[in-house]
Amino acid sequence: MTSDRTRLIREMVRIRVVEEVLADYYRDEQEMRTAIHFSIGQEATAVGVLSATTPRDWVYAAHRTHAPYLAKGGDLRALVAELYGRQDGCSHGRGGSIHVIDQSVGFAGSGAILGEMISVAVGTGWAFARSGESRVALTFFGDGATEEGVFAESLNIAAVQRIPVVFVCENNLYSISSPLTARQPAGTSIRGRAEAAGVRAAAADGNDVFAVREAAEAALRHCRAGNGPYLLELATYRWREHVGPGWDHHHGYRSKQEIDSWIGRCPIQRAVAEVRAEEPGIDDLVRQWQAESQEEIHAAVAYAKELPFPDVAGLLDGAYLPVGR
Amino acid sequence: MTVNRGVERELDMRTLTYWQAISEATVQCMQADERVLVVGEGVDDFRGTYGTTKEAFARFGPDRVVDVPNSENATAGLAVGAAVAGMRPLVVHTRADFMFLAMDALVNLAAKWRYMYGGDKGGAPVVMRGVVGRGWGQGATHSQSPHATFGHYAGLHVATPATPADAKGLLITALTSDTPTILIENRTLYPLTGEVPEEMTPVPFGVGRVARAGTDVTVVAASLMVHEAERAAEQLSAQGISVEVVDVRSIRPLDDTIICESVAKTGRLVVADTSWARYGFAAEVAAVVAERIPEALRSPVRRVTLPDCPAPVSWPLEEAFNPSATEIVKACLAVCDTTRSELPALETVTAGFQGPY
Repeated sequence: MTSDRTRLIREMVRIRVVEEVLADYYRDEQEMRTAIHFSIGQEATAVGVLSATTPRDWVYAAHRTHAPYLAKGGDLRALVAELYGRQDGCSHGRGGSIHVIDQSVGFAGSGAILGEMISVAVGTGWAFARSGESRVALTFFGDGATEEGVFAESLNIAAVQRIPVVFVCENNLYSISSPLTARQPAGTSIRGRAEAAGVRAAAADGNDVFAVREAAEAALRHCRAGNGPYLLELATYRWREHVGPGWDHHHGYRSKQEIDSWIGRCPIQRAVAEVRAEEPGIDDLVRQWQAESQEEIHAAVAYAKELPFPDVAGLLDGAYLPVGR
Repeated sequence: MTVNRGVERELDMRTLTYWQAISEATVQCMQADERVLVVGEGVDDFRGTYGTTKEAFARFGPDRVVDVPNSENATAGLAVGAAVAGMRPLVVHTRADFMFLAMDALVNLAAKWRYMYGGDKGGAPVVMRGVVGRGWGQGATHSQSPHATFGHYAGLHVATPATPADAKGLLITALTSDTPTILIENRTLYPLTGEVPEEMTPVPFGVGRVARAGTDVTVVAASLMVHEAERAAEQLSAQGISVEVVDVRSIRPLDDTIICESVAKTGRLVVADTSWARYGFAAEVAAVVAERIPEALRSPVRRVTLPDCPAPVSWPLEEAFNPSATEIVKACLAVCDTTRSELPALETVTAGFQGPY
C-alpha cells in the first residue's frame, strides 16, 4: 500500500522517466518536430501543486507543459502522439509540445507567449466565481513571465475582483540564458510584488514536493473560501537547456558546478530520503516505478509512431467553425 | 413601420440612432443569455460609452456591466479565459487605438484557440468593440481604425457596420456565435439614424449589401465611407454617372461574391476606406477583383484611403487627411475616364458636429 507521500514520489518518477526518454528520442530520431521544453529537475512544482487540485479545477501552463499536463492527469499517449504530430494527438497535430490540452482532467491549455495564460486563468477563475462554484483556476509560469506587464495587470484585476486563481511561479533563476539577477533588482521578490498588488503570497522550496503540496493546499483553501487570489513562488531549477533535449553548461551562461549542485538537490531523491523511515521499501518501489514508466513511455512512443499523420486535406479545419454552426 | 424582408417574418421597424441600435442589441443579448457580460473601462459611468452601455448598466447593474482597471492586455486575456469557461464577454474600448494593447490575447489566443487545440475543444468567443475617434483633433493615437489589422488573422471575424440596423444585427450575431469577433465603430456614425428592427435579428457576417444600385462604377466601402460613397454617388448621378455602392458590412469574412458581381457589371472599381492603403482593406478588395475577374476591369482600380502619415490635429491638416465624398467623386471620375477631373467639393457627413468628442 502506498501512502499519499509515496504517490507524489511515484508521479515525479513517472514524469522524470517520461521526459528523459522523450529527450533521447527527440535528440536521436529528429522525428518530434516541435519546440520542446523539458521540466527535468523541476517535477516537484507541478506534482505538488496539481495533486492538490480536483479535475474541476482548471490549470493553464506556459511553454514548459509536459510536467503540469501529466501531473494534472493528462493522457500520456495523446501527449506523445501530439509531439510526433499525429492526428490522434491531444491537439490533433495543430498544437505541438507548447499547445497541449486535456479538458477531461482540467488541463485547460498552455501558451508560448510569456505571461499570457496568467490573464486567461484570471478570466477562468472569474467565470468560476460567477457560477458560484468553489472551483479554482491555476496557472504555471516562470520567473521570466513576471517581468511582463500582463503579470502586474493580472495581479491587480484578480485582487480587486477577488478572483479564485492560484498563480504558480516556478522561479528557476533563468529566462533562457538570462539570469534573474540581471532582470530583477536585488531586494525585490516576485511574491513581494504580488503582495504589493494585494494578492496573498507564499514561498516554498520548489524542490520539496511535500512543502509544495502543503503550500498549494493552503492556497486552494484560501481561494475556495472566497478570499481572492493567491501566489505561490516556488524555487526550483531547470537541469537541461531552455528548449531542446540537451545539457547546456558548455554555453557558459551557467556553470556545470551550479547545475550539479541543483542535481544534488533532486526533488525525487530528496522526497525519497524524507520518506525512507516510514517506507523502508521506497528504493525498491522507485526502481519498480522507473521500470513501469520506462515501459509506459516506450510503448506510448511506439504507439504514436504507428499512428497516421493528419490528412493535409484538413489543413484549414478548426480555424473556424464549419459554416452554418 | 413594418417591412417584409421576403424570406423571413415581418419585422417591426423603428428609427434609431446608431448608438441606440448598439445599446438595444446589447440589452437584448444580455436578456436572452445570462452569460453575456459587458466589460470595459468606464462602461458603467454616466456616459455609458456614448450611451451604448448605459441601458445595459441600468438594467443589469455592476455584476454584468463590469468596470475594469486600465489593463487592456489582461482584460483581453481575462475575456479569453472567461469565454473558454463558457461566458460571453463583450469588451468595449472607447478608443480603438487601445486595442493594440490587447493584441496578444486577441491574435495569439482568441484567434487561434480553436485551431491550435485541434478544432474540437471549443473556441474563445470573445467579442470586442472598438470606437474610432476620427475627427475633432483626436490626432495620431486616437483616430485609427484597426479593422484591417485584425482582418489579417484567421480565426477572427471583423465587422465594420455602417448603418444602425447593421450595428445592431452584426453585434447580435457576434454575441450569439462561437467565433471571436471584433466590431469597429466609427464615432461619427453614432448620431446617424436609420430603420432598425425591434426584434433581436442577427445580420450574418460575410454578406455584403448593395447600398445603392448603379451601372457605371462600383464603390466598395466600409464603415463611414459607405455614407461618403452614397453622397458621392448622388452628386455623380446629376452628372450622368451611375454609381453602385457596396457596403461589405464585415471585412472578415469578406463577401467576395457581391464585390465581383458588381464589378463584373460596372467594369470599374473604387475602394473607399477609413484607414491606410498599404496592406489594408482597399488593397484586399483590389486583390480579390484582380485574382477573380481581372478581365472585367475596364480601367485601373482606385483606392480612396488615408494619406500615408499619422493623423494630424490642426483643423486644416485634419480635413486634408480624412478622405470624404469629394475624394470618392474624383476617383470615380478618374476611373470613368471623363474629361471632368472634379466637381464642386462636398461637405463631409461629419459636418456640423459639435465637440468635444
